Amino acid sequence: MRKEINRLKAEFCAKSCNEKLARSLVSAMAVQLDPTINELSDIVTAVSEAVTNSIIHGYGKSGKKKEECIIKLECILYENAIEVVIIDKGCGIEDIEQAKMPLYTSSPEMERSGMGFTIMESFCDDFSVTSEVGKGTEIRLYKVFGGDSLCENTTIPQ
Amino acid sequence: MKFELAKTGNLLIVKVAGELDHHFADEIRMRIDAELIKPPIRDILFDFNGLSFMDSSGIGMIMGRYKKAKALGGKAWIICNNPNATRILEMSGVFQFIEKCDSIHDAV
Repeated sequence: MRKEINRLKAEFCAKSCNEKLARSLVSAMAVQLDPTINELSDIVTAVSEAVTNSIIHGYGKSGKKKEECIIKLECILYENAIEVVIIDKGCGIEDIEQAKMPLYTSSPEMERSGMGFTIMESFCDDFSVTSEVGKGTEIRLYKVFGGDSLCENTTIPQ
Repeated sequence: MKFELAKTGNLLIVKVAGELDHHFADEIRMRIDAELIKPPIRDILFDFNGLSFMDSSGIGMIMGRYKKAKALGGKAWIICNNPNATRILEMSGVFQFIEKCDSIHDAV
């Protein structure tokens, strides 16, 4: 059983200026575990990708009113790991496997690179996506801090 | 984020420092595109040495500008000493299209 040592819950508007806010919150929690610069950078980058996805893809085309576009962020600290959950109530993902393909994007006109899920997957030790069309998406990111991290620097075959 | 544009001959030098995410990528994109329509600019050098953070929003912005430069018959270069930004650039295959260089002298 993993021992939980701290927890943060936050809600914020789906505005692009809050991408930095989300990174700052997760970073402030993560530093309590004294991660290396690379470990910290990995989880913060993965969070940035997830929050950006919620803003652009989750709510961007959902047609919802601005005040309804809320992103929930939950951050749980364990003794040597961090878990971050990012939840939106946006339009959801129809085909998750397709969305996870490197370089796939549903918004090429917005110059999205299609690398978001690939980065989340390769920068974290565990990663999951749950989504329902019309209901929203939940992303779970799990990163181990310390020598026993399973995360490798994944390179996409060109 | 700090953002500076400079020009020398055909070259537009784009210096970005701080955090490059979706929020700032949109702003940078507009400002670069406003310069790319002014002759004789056709080449771009991205100077990311002051970057402390970049996510995949940066990749979309860079590749979009590269395509515009290429359409003008130009080239693009990247200077980047941030290891995490470099990792994302490598993962995305950006260096297949845009040459990595160490200093501005390689581009002029």
